[in-house]
Amino acid sequence: MYTKDGENYYIVDSHVHFWDGSPANQANRYGKGFTECFYDYHRNLSPEEWVWSLEKFGKYSEETLVEDLFEVGYVDKAIFQPTYLTDFYVNGFNTTEQDGAVAERHPGKFIVNGAWDPRDGEEGLGQLEALAERWNLRGVKLYTAEWKGSSKGWKLTDDWSYRYLEKCEELGVRNIHVHKGPTIYPLNRDAFDVADVDDVATAFPGLNFIIEHVGLPRLEDFCWIATQEPNVYGGLAVAMPFIHSRPRYFAQIIGELLYWLDENRLTFASDYAIWHPKWLVEQFVDFQIPEDMQSEYGVLTPDIKRKILGLNAAKLYDIDVPPSVAVADAPVESGEAVGSAPVVPA
Amino acid sequence: MTATVTLAERAWQALSGVRDPELDQPITDLGFVVAAAVRDGEVSVRLRLPTYFCAPNFAYLMVADAYDALLALPEFDRVEVRLTDHFAAEEINAGVAAEAGFAGAFADQATGELEELRRTFRSKAHLACLERTCRRLIEDGWQVDALADTTLGQLPESAERDSLLRRRAEMGLPTGAEAPLFVDDDGAPVPAGRLPERLRFARAVRVSIDGNAGLCRGLLRTRYGVTEQEGVS
Repeated sequence: MYTKDGENYYIVDSHVHFWDGSPANQANRYGKGFTECFYDYHRNLSPEEWVWSLEKFGKYSEETLVEDLFEVGYVDKAIFQPTYLTDFYVNGFNTTEQDGAVAERHPGKFIVNGAWDPRDGEEGLGQLEALAERWNLRGVKLYTAEWKGSSKGWKLTDDWSYRYLEKCEELGVRNIHVHKGPTIYPLNRDAFDVADVDDVATAFPGLNFIIEHVGLPRLEDFCWIATQEPNVYGGLAVAMPFIHSRPRYFAQIIGELLYWLDENRLTFASDYAIWHPKWLVEQFVDFQIPEDMQSEYGVLTPDIKRKILGLNAAKLYDIDVPPSVAVADAPVESGEAVGSAPVVPA
Repeated sequence: MTATVTLAERAWQALSGVRDPELDQPITDLGFVVAAAVRDGEVSVRLRLPTYFCAPNFAYLMVADAYDALLALPEFDRVEVRLTDHFAAEEINAGVAAEAGFAGAFADQATGELEELRRTFRSKAHLACLERTCRRLIEDGWQVDALADTTLGQLPESAERDSLLRRRAEMGLPTGAEAPLFVDDDGAPVPAGRLPERLRFARAVRVSIDGNAGLCRGLLRTRYGVTEQEGVS
């Protein structure tokens, strides 16, 4: 819980990791490259005082994780999003089991999400069932750029992907977090293309598709799809830290998202340990759209911030929130309708 | 030695015509060109990117475009372009050097060449330029309603206008004074009723491209400890 200027904010961090990207676990140069790539994101976009050493970043302790999120970082509930990368790391980068073991030692703090890969075929469907039962899954994280032997990526519209989505529906795993990475296959298409999200969101209206990183670097494609598909959400991991280094750009991202979607379909995330929730939460609560952009984008009210920081994710995951932070469920004015004339300065 | 310096400058100039297709900015401005060395009729160029996992198709396009730009110069007998610190550098470098095409470089993975990809991003770049131009007009007091009837000839001179005309020429769209300003990817005028929506989407495209360019510059600076050349509005 975070309190500022008499306003309370219940914090759900929708995307956290407990990974091992250390040299000892790196299986090859790809693992090394992956850890270093993450580390560059971390040190490029964090305030200087929050930058870790590469050694600590590669592998941090469970104590550090729990302290950073819940004691220092104001987080009330954190959602583990696994990223297996078993072709890059000996024991995987961050598996459901590793997350689950931590969650069981800290009851009530974490939600454990699973993962699946359509290339695992029939056998994987059975594994998903077992995983869902073992960890009481409410969501999964899918990484379409994952390598698997000679295959260098997959699409949500692959035949087997539909089978897995059907299985999710059957198991009550409603929240499908999609991370678009630089998919290798097929190389001659745009790797970050989110068109496949459009298809599955239409085919599975009972599932929620939370697009991680709000589709960045294809914010516009994500917005276009989310406008048409009410069950598509935007996860703000990676977008959040721009609030510090490039606040005007952050204002534009949030402004675009609030225009094309609305305040009920955006969820806060730190992507810990890439970024620390403490400074993200503090800066977001203090943040306002710069005055010269307000005619285009409007302003961020405490209620909008409350929804983004926790209430929207709480709804997706049926998390009980204290009455002191609830926002009345009034019909939401989602801003001007798409297609209406842009505001022209007088 | 003066001649050598001039040749290196010629090479640099040619490379400044190569753009990152995704960010729509010259690779020389972005800091992707480390060095262009000239020796005995050979030019040798080293490229670097913001991350180890930058999308390989865009990386390929930049290496291939740099190679073609240098090969077109009569001053050089031999051209070498080498991408470094990238997970697919070996395949890309070998494929470009052998002029094998993209599908040749990634025989197991790619299912064709990159023309469609290039078209998609040219179209995005055009849309972003169109938005910048219209934005400028609106700031100068033009009404959105009037944009549908505006022709290129009515545009006041500006950097935004020049940039838009260049993109239109690249896409094979009309660039004459009588041609309508607001056209879709095929050159058809966008009717007044649909224009605000299209302009609104163009803004999202522009925000996205500018944002990505800023992030890529930042990551490159972090990765290599270089000073950033601020050029993004």
